[in-house]
Amino acid sequence: MIDALVIVDYATNFALVTLTLAFLISVIRVILGPTLADRVVALDMLVAIAIGFIAVMATKTGYHLYIDIAIALSLVGFLATVALARFVVTRGARVKGPVKKGPSRRKAQL
Amino acid sequence: MMIFVINVIFALLWAAVSGSFTLLNLAFGFVLSAIALYLLREQTGGTGYLFRARRILSLFLLFMKELALSAWKVATLVLSPTMNLKPGIFAFPLTVDRDFEITLLANMITLTPGTFSVDVSDDGRFLYVHAIDCSDKEAAIRDIQNGFERKILEAFR
Amino acid sequence: MIEFLLEIAAAVLLVVGALFALVAAFGIIRLPDVYTRMHAAAKAGTVGSGLLLLATGLESQDPAIFARAIAAFVFFILTAPVSSHLLARAAHRAGCEMAAVTVRDDLAEDDLAHTKKKPNQTN
Repeated sequence: MIDALVIVDYATNFALVTLTLAFLISVIRVILGPTLADRVVALDMLVAIAIGFIAVMATKTGYHLYIDIAIALSLVGFLATVALARFVVTRGARVKGPVKKGPSRRKAQL
Repeated sequence: MMIFVINVIFALLWAAVSGSFTLLNLAFGFVLSAIALYLLREQTGGTGYLFRARRILSLFLLFMKELALSAWKVATLVLSPTMNLKPGIFAFPLTVDRDFEITLLANMITLTPGTFSVDVSDDGRFLYVHAIDCSDKEAAIRDIQNGFERKILEAFR
Repeated sequence: MIEFLLEIAAAVLLVVGALFALVAAFGIIRLPDVYTRMHAAAKAGTVGSGLLLLATGLESQDPAIFARAIAAFVFFILTAPVSSHLLARAAHRAGCEMAAVTVRDDLAEDDLAHTKKKPNQTN
């Protein structure tokens, strides 16, 4: 029987590498994102990945206090997304290129 | 009775978040939640909470199952080489009418396979749902009505 | 034995959760418009991070820490749909384009009917 701790060690290393990849891919969307809303979605995703990072680090180092930090970060991330959603509404979708004419393009206030 | 149950749940939540299940900490959580419930006494009320607990539990289990399914569906969609998308927003006629139930339904729709709630009409009669596969509107509406909406009605009516 | 099983379960959850996060990131890159991207972020992303939190709770083998991990998981699952719903609504009001493959948009049609009836309606 293999020692379970070795398996968990491999799993945490794998998770860290995978999460790093996911983080970098999400950053690409933040840079590319044609509209502000795309960037906000990607930033939301970055916060989720960061929470995953913190959870994995708690497993890796054994400092389970990190879970409290994950709770706090999820709260901050939620509030940030809510604030950014308001910002999206007030600023509107400014995008280079052809603009769709439609009723939903009216200036709306939340 | 209902207030008592909520009180106990809040005390357990307090113990969970503060991380120690000692008797003293549970009692402290109970006192704290009693104060919070006293401040909200106009919104709480009613009886028969325990009777509904089983249905609420079944709603919760259904929700967990659908959440796992939806993550799996998104994963297979994203990883398939040709993404066969037919996205669209359809209007879902609501049977539930209380704000709390609409909120619950909207949240559950968001975390179920291929659907995503976008907006509620001003009069609260329609829920606008974005679906990844919107080729058959009627079937999508029927799925939600027979699944979550019926369960919510069972649990909270 | 039970410790061994818990460790194995935690390892599996770690791998699966990380893979779900990666798939969500792929979805954010590959999907065509902001609404479909939200599908990926709100579901696969939430499940991925949630599974990682659960794995941490299982691995600690301590009821108090497990309860805290569960609390974090539930909190995360409760807030994710609210924030993405708010964002989708904001994006639609701001007039973000939907992808070319979109088959229907009831919300825009109803909005049109609504603004014709009450032109100065603000919400």
